[in-house]
Amino acid sequence: MITVRRDKAAQKNHVHSERDDRLRSTLTSGPGLMWMLCFLFIPLLAVVAISFMTRGEYGEIGLPLTLDNYRRLLGFGILGFDPLYPAILIRSLALGLATASICMVAALPLCFFIGRLPLGWRTAGLILIVIPFWTNLLIRTYAWQILLSPGGWICRLAEIFGWISPGTGLYPGVFAILVGMVCDFLPFMVLPLYASVEKIDWCLAEAAVDLGANGSQVFRHAILPQILPGLGAGCILVFLPATGQFVIPDLLGGAKTTMLGNLIQQQFGAGRDWPFGAAISFVALLLVMAGLWFRGAKQAGGEGGLL
Amino acid sequence: MSALLYAFLYAPILVVIVYSFNAARFGSTWGGFTTRWYGVLMENPLAWAAARNTLILGLVSTGIATVLGSLLAFGLARFRIPLKSFTIGLLRVPIFIPDIVMAVALLMFYSLARQWFGLFELGLPTMIVAHVTFQIPFVTIVVGARLAGMDPSLEEASRDLGANEIQTFLHVTLPLIAPGIIAASMLAFTLSLDDFVVSFFTSGPGSTTLPILIYSSVKRGITPDINALSTFIIAISMAATLAATVLQRSWKYRSIRDI
Repeated sequence: MITVRRDKAAQKNHVHSERDDRLRSTLTSGPGLMWMLCFLFIPLLAVVAISFMTRGEYGEIGLPLTLDNYRRLLGFGILGFDPLYPAILIRSLALGLATASICMVAALPLCFFIGRLPLGWRTAGLILIVIPFWTNLLIRTYAWQILLSPGGWICRLAEIFGWISPGTGLYPGVFAILVGMVCDFLPFMVLPLYASVEKIDWCLAEAAVDLGANGSQVFRHAILPQILPGLGAGCILVFLPATGQFVIPDLLGGAKTTMLGNLIQQQFGAGRDWPFGAAISFVALLLVMAGLWFRGAKQAGGEGGLL
Repeated sequence: MSALLYAFLYAPILVVIVYSFNAARFGSTWGGFTTRWYGVLMENPLAWAAARNTLILGLVSTGIATVLGSLLAFGLARFRIPLKSFTIGLLRVPIFIPDIVMAVALLMFYSLARQWFGLFELGLPTMIVAHVTFQIPFVTIVVGARLAGMDPSLEEASRDLGANEIQTFLHVTLPLIAPGIIAASMLAFTLSLDDFVVSFFTSGPGSTTLPILIYSSVKRGITPDINALSTFIIAISMAATLAATVLQRSWKYRSIRDI
């Protein structure tokens, strides 16, 4: 009898009616979800809406609805074709791609190195990678101004090797931006890649060696396919935020290295052209959506974590 | 090779700390050890005001985000939720989106709300709202990871023994996920402390924070007392990160793998 009663009680507690469930989820997830709707979803909708509006004489936003802001971004202004904005778009994509590639090349040996450490040291190795990531980006970025400025020891070293002419610095410029970017985004590549490296089935590599494959063949055919998911995740995690980065190009680049982030900032600063700024922001947002969709499509059917 | 990469990651942090003790005022030369710049910093009223704003912003936003994010994680983990995939997608956005896009979206939203309803005058409250928005997803991930790693039979046992749902949550679930919640709040605080871009766009007159102060100083030229200030911030971030890591071992690695 007691068992039966307990079962009934358990059933009563476990199987919620649909209405109860709605109440529970509203009480727990409701406030957080409402917050995200109000202060993320609606503002993003506002970005989309404003990107189709017109800038007034004094910088105010108004009608008529127009596609002009997007046309301008693609280079078709009032005065005919102007490559300024398309160049910025392409430069941002190229810098994002370059950052992702360098991070990939740097992270590969690093992940294999951490993977070969004794068990306790592996966690330490990873934590050491993560700590700088949680330190203020602004501070780490301006530090590169000090490190790469003329007269610093890095520049002197580069002079000795004849890479730069004496007296010049490695900052500001594209090189400095890349250094800052890689320094900031390397952890984003290392973490997902390490997760793949950790799971590698080395039997496949041994089998390849037994079958007469040389070093590069083993890597290409037995190891690379196994770490490809990690590499893909890392590339998206680096490429997307790097493309829209604002602080790093702002502090380490010069006037000739404007990127998407800087262009957005200009529209909300002195330029005060919010509709155009909104259009650039929406393009950046679409890029992120595409990246996430691509990732989601690849991951479909796989294990679904919370995020 | 790997040692070089570690050196590369830590070089900027070390150079700031070392230069904060450098007696030479200009250039990259070493002029001897001094703690003078910390004294200069202590006498800077702007730095104190910014520190006060940073602290209020960090503590209030972390408090709100921890409560909302933890509840959201609990709901997502335990109940059927309408629009679940939409919610999860929405939570992913702040993690991937360039922070300047989020910053200008909020700036425009505040401006429209001000025009139409007279709300959201730029200042500390608008910054708090903005910070909570990017903190919630991180809190949800950390607490969600903890919930996912929890043995569900413990909650079942509590219910079988006659506890109602609220009792089960308060006496079984909450103590079990508490380390995750504390870790999440520390990381959320670190995020707030680190943020410059979103703060910069949503701040008003008189709500300057330490990162905004550092930015405007760097734009004028780096001074040694800014290095001293940065060293303080680095110390706080590192302490919070280490504590959070110990509480929730390598959570970041775990959750990024799940993204």
